[in-house]
Order: sequence, then structure tokens, then C-alpha cells
Amino acid sequence: MSEQQNSGRPGAAVAVLVDHLDGAVRPTALELLTLARGLDRQVHAVWVGSEGGAEAPAAELAAHGAHVVHEVEVAGADARLTASVVDALQAVLTAVGDVGLLLVPSTFEGREVAARLAVRTGAGVVTGASGVAVEDGRWTARKTVLAGGWDTACALTGPLAVVALASHAVQAVAQEAAAPSLVRHTAQASAAARAVTVVSRTRRPTSERPPLAEAEVVVVGGRGVEGDFSGVEELADVLGGAVGATRVATDEGWIGHEAQVGQTGVTISPRLYIGVGVSGAVHHKGGMAASATVVAVNNDPDAPVFEFADYGIVGDLTEVLPALTAELRRRRG
Amino acid sequence: MRVVVCVKHVPDIQQPRSLRADGLLARGGDDDTLNELDEDALEAGLRTAEAAGFPGEGHDVTVLTVGPAAAVEAVRRGVAMGASGAVHVRDDAVAGSDALTTARVLAAAVAKLHAEAPVDVLVAGMAALDGLTSLVPAALAELLDWPQLTLADRITVADGVVSVRRETSTDVEELTAAAPAVVSVTDQAFRARFPGFKGIMAARKHPVTTWSLADLGLDPGTVGLQASTTRVVHAAERPDRPDRVLVTGDAETVPALVDYLSQKGFA
Ligand SMILES: Cc1cc2nc3c(=O)[nH]c(=O)nc-3n(C[C@H](O)[C@H](O)[C@H](O)COP(=O)(O)OP(=O)(O)OC[C@H]3O[C@@H](n4cnc5c(N)ncnc54)[C@H](O)[C@@H]3O)c2cc1C
Ligand SMILES: Nc1ncnc2c1ncn2[C@@H]1O[C@H](COP(=O)(O)O)[C@@H](O)[C@H]1O
Repeated sequence: MSEQQNSGRPGAAVAVLVDHLDGAVRPTALELLTLARGLDRQVHAVWVGSEGGAEAPAAELAAHGAHVVHEVEVAGADARLTASVVDALQAVLTAVGDVGLLLVPSTFEGREVAARLAVRTGAGVVTGASGVAVEDGRWTARKTVLAGGWDTACALTGPLAVVALASHAVQAVAQEAAAPSLVRHTAQASAAARAVTVVSRTRRPTSERPPLAEAEVVVVGGRGVEGDFSGVEELADVLGGAVGATRVATDEGWIGHEAQVGQTGVTISPRLYIGVGVSGAVHHKGGMAASATVVAVNNDPDAPVFEFADYGIVGDLTEVLPALTAELRRRRG
Repeated sequence: MRVVVCVKHVPDIQQPRSLRADGLLARGGDDDTLNELDEDALEAGLRTAEAAGFPGEGHDVTVLTVGPAAAVEAVRRGVAMGASGAVHVRDDAVAGSDALTTARVLAAAVAKLHAEAPVDVLVAGMAALDGLTSLVPAALAELLDWPQLTLADRITVADGVVSVRRETSTDVEELTAAAPAVVSVTDQAFRARFPGFKGIMAARKHPVTTWSLADLGLDPGTVGLQASTTRVVHAAERPDRPDRVLVTGDAETVPALVDYLSQKGFA
């Protein structure tokens, strides 16, 4: 490997892995593109899926920063397997040539893609990043670690930098843009992709509310709600937000496991987090500490959540929660 | 059946943790402990092997860690829970390795174990609670060229085929692949058994195989901080959130909170 290749050179182009579901671009992908647009480089959006799928969304991708949209079909394996997505990305990286940075969402799926691609290419990977820029001639990612306790900057060396970006690291902004060029590729599935058989895949029922990881507002209920999530749901609905839960609440079966926020659940970084009857245990905090504004309602003044809440109310949630929902409704008229 | 379970020794997340001046996590405190999520991996590994007849003849569950001297406690915990073999890869040159570099060392150790006696399933936890990257299991699959069946909440092995059930953010999937495969498990389905007193005592005396990089045929230049492709260049303890408000209240205090929310643009 040449010296230049191993210096973490910024490269002429940035690639963005586009997360999509049922033909629609997921909001985090638009955030990634918005960030990429600000990096002053050619932006390549990578859409992995069946032929024609990227046609309709191409304009939206362009409006958020994509100059080129690559639609990659993976021949010979299920396109949603990690190894297949990596095969598709490799096809695009090879075709484009000078990609110095790849952005992926910091979901479990995105991080697994990052891991495999890094093994294949020698890339460096930073997960859960809140930003990325060139510093001292190298891609450098910002990241908060140790359950929100430390801020770090991490330099990426290696021929490619792969950064898994947390949601809401930037706000997605559409701008007027020229029509992107659409390039089609077919990637042959690697042996790794072909080795796994998808026996069944069943979509879980989705709620009307925004997905937890993407919502700007998240209202979380903990043990304190004692099995009744209706107050939490009503508050979330007034704010147009998602409903989350602590592990205690999901373990109790008060709400589905997919609602769990924390280190082993969904990692969230919404603009507003409201926790009611949540103690703020470190496992939970680790998955929400990057939230911009934190509001907590808890009747125990010594609850750890008050050590990091921007606005805390020491009070009984059965009183505060309905009053808050009612007051928000009243002001909206 | 042969199962290998990867476990990591990490600083206790309930205790204060800090980064050193060089940006690396301060390790080696008295409170360092087995990564909690690897208890689930151990449980999953033990149950998978037990379904095939473990601890009977011809079956083995080996616990594997890469880490400094104190990390041997993590493998001992696995033995206390019931594992039959213990391997500790320990070499000063490994210090400072990032997740992907650690995965290269782990993969070399797994390959060595596999060459000694074929492995059917490699089990890892969903994340190590220190770095929380969740990179290692997928990296292991790529490095070993074994199928990736990650974030499982159910594992079955029959006729050389490994099947898992897993939940993605949108779907429930059933995946299968030929053994050997790399499986990681979530914290949902494998509540770990508590090692009994006898197990804990026996684990203290249980032999632990220690391998150096040389034993794995790895060049020290390919691991550690030097070889890692990520490097912390700045680390600072996060200041408390500024201007925090704490009020004692009931319904009467709610309008002030709504004022606050509307200032922030939410109401
Ligand atoms: C390996 C591992 C991983 C974990 N991962 C996660 C994770 O991803 N996410 C997660 O959330 N947890 C996780 N946990 C669990 C975590 O450690 C805590 O146990 C959990 O977060 C606590 O949930 P809680 O705040 O609902 O309950 P508690 O800690 O019991 O707190 C309930 C709070 O409600 C308050 N309260 C009670 N009644 C009222 C009332 N009427 N009005 C107002 N307040 C009231 C109480 O004062 C208390 O502070 C994990 C644990 C382990 C071991
Ligand atoms: N140093 C290590 N030794 C053994 N296993 C490890 C090590 N680091 C990570 N793992 C395994 O990989 C899983 C995911 O870790 P990570 O990718 O670091 O979040 C852990 O739960 C362990 O099973």
C-alpha cells in the first residue's frame, strides 16, 4: 500500500449509503446527504435495490445534495443482507474511483456494513458520529462516548473513511438542484452474501407515529407509568413525536421491545426528549444522552435523570403528564 | 458440537469511566468486569451446545477473549457458567487496537481453534459496553469468511445448518446458513444463568490457554494503536448541560414548562 493511500487522504468524492424502505427514502438518508453537500466534494448517493427503484426518489436525493445517484442491483443474493450491501458499495467505489469518505446511518445494519467494508478495503470506521470534517488533512469525526460523558474527535486513517452518523446530527435541508445523473450497476453477490438464505422476512406492524430513531421529538415512559402508556402516547401525539420506553417497561410487556431506548435498544438523538417515570439509568442514558433538549418528570428528586435533564419537574406524572398535554393542546387552540 | 464464545472484559459502566490523555479508555481498574452483553452470548452458546449433548463426549464450549492480563477474569466467568475451554490472547502489542484490529486478532485465534477441532458456531454479544461499536461480529464474519447471522434471539443447529430468528428495525427474519457461522445475540432472549458456588470455585483452578501474537502467527506490526485506522485526537469530559432548571411541582408548574418548550420551538 502506498504512503499516499494510507494517509487518510480526503479524496475527491463522498459516497452516501441511502437507507430506504418500501421505495421511500428514510429521513436519516436526507440528513447524511445534507451533511455531505457541505463537504465541498462530488456527492454520490448509493441506492441498493431492484432496478428502477431509485428513479422516483432521485430528485429528492439531488435536492439534498446528491450529484450522482447510483442504483445497484445485487445479482445472486438477497439485497438486504449486509454482505450484499457491501458488494454493492464496492461496485460503486470501484466505478467512482476517488471516494475518500463514505457515510452510512449508525443503525445496527449500517454499522455491520461499515465493519465488513472496512475489512475488505482497509478503511477506518467511526460509529455513532455527530459530525465529520477534514482536519489536518484527514477525515475527522466527532463523537460523544461513555454514556454522554466525553466528547471526542477521532481521526480516520486508511484508504477510505467510513463514518456511521447518528440521526439528527444535521437537519435535512432541500435546495433547488440540477437533475442528478442516474447510473445503474449490477453487482455480483459475493460468496459471503450467497452463503446466507433468507427463509422468511415479515414486516412488523408499523405505528402511525414517526419511527423512534428518526423522530424529532421522543416521549419515553418508564416504570413510573405503571403499565399505562396512554398518557405518554397522548403527549407524543400532541408533539408529533415517537413513543419510547425503558427496558423495564418493555420487559414488563407494557409496550413492544422495538420501543426500547438505550444502549441495547434504539439509540436516539432527537431535538427533544421527554422522560416520564424514567430514572435515567446509565444503560438508558447511553442511548439518549445526545438528545438536544432533555425534559424529565419524576417524583424522586434524587433520580439520576435530574443530573442531566435540561428541565426537570419533581412531581407525580399522573398529575403533570395530563396537565402538560392539555396545556399544549390549549395553546395550539 | 463445538461452540466458541467471544467475551470482553470492560470497565464497569456503573462506575465513573474516563479517557486517558492519549484518548484511550482507562482500563485495568478493580471494577473492570465481563461485558454484561457477553453473558447473554455465553448463555446462548451453552444452550446451543447443550441442545446437541454438551457437556457430553465430543462437545465443547470454549470462551475466548483478547485483552490485558486482568481480562482472564472474563473467561473464568464463562467457565464458571459452564464452558469447558478457555483461551486468553494476551500480548502487549495488542494494546490500543480499535474494534477492527481487535477483530483481526480474534479471527486469528478462532482460525487456530478451528484448525485444532472444527468449530460449528462462533457466538458474540451484540456490543461491548465500552466502545459500543457493534462492529466486531460482522468483521469476524468477513475475516473468517463464515456466514453472518447477527443479532439473533433464537438459534438452532441441525444437520450442519445454523438457523436464527432476528428482529431488524422493521422486520422479523429467519436466516439459515451452513456451519460454521458467526452469530451475535441480543440481550432479549438469553437471560444468563447464575454460576453456582461450585462453578466459581472450579473456574479458579481451570486451565486457561494463553496465546501471544506469535502463537497466532500475527506480526505485532499489524495490530495495536499503530495499525489501527482510527485514532482519538481530542478528548474532553463533557461539561454539564448549561442553565439547567429543576422545579418541584404539580399541574401548576406546567405552564412554565410549556413556555420553555415554546422558546425552543416545540409548542
Ligand atoms: C445489559 C443491560 C442492558 C440494558 N439496556 C437498557 C436499555 O437499552 N435501555 C434501558 O432503558 N434500560 C436498559 N437496561 C436497564 C437499566 O439498567 C435500568 O434498569 C432501566 O433503564 C430502568 O428503567 P426505568 O427508569 O423505567 O425504571 P426505574 O429505574 O425503576 O425508575 C422508575 C422511575 O420512575 C419514578 N416514578 C415512579 N412512580 C412515579 C410517578 N408516579 N411519577 C413520577 N415518577 C415516578 C421513580 O422515582 C423512578 O425514578 C439494561 C440493563 C442491562 C443489565
Ligand atoms: N477484545 C475482545 N475479546 C473477545 N471478544 C470481543 C472483544 N471485543 C469485542 N468482542 C466481541 O464482540 C462483541 C461486540 O463488540 P463490539 O463490536 O466491540 O461492540 C462483544 O459482545 C464480544 O462478544
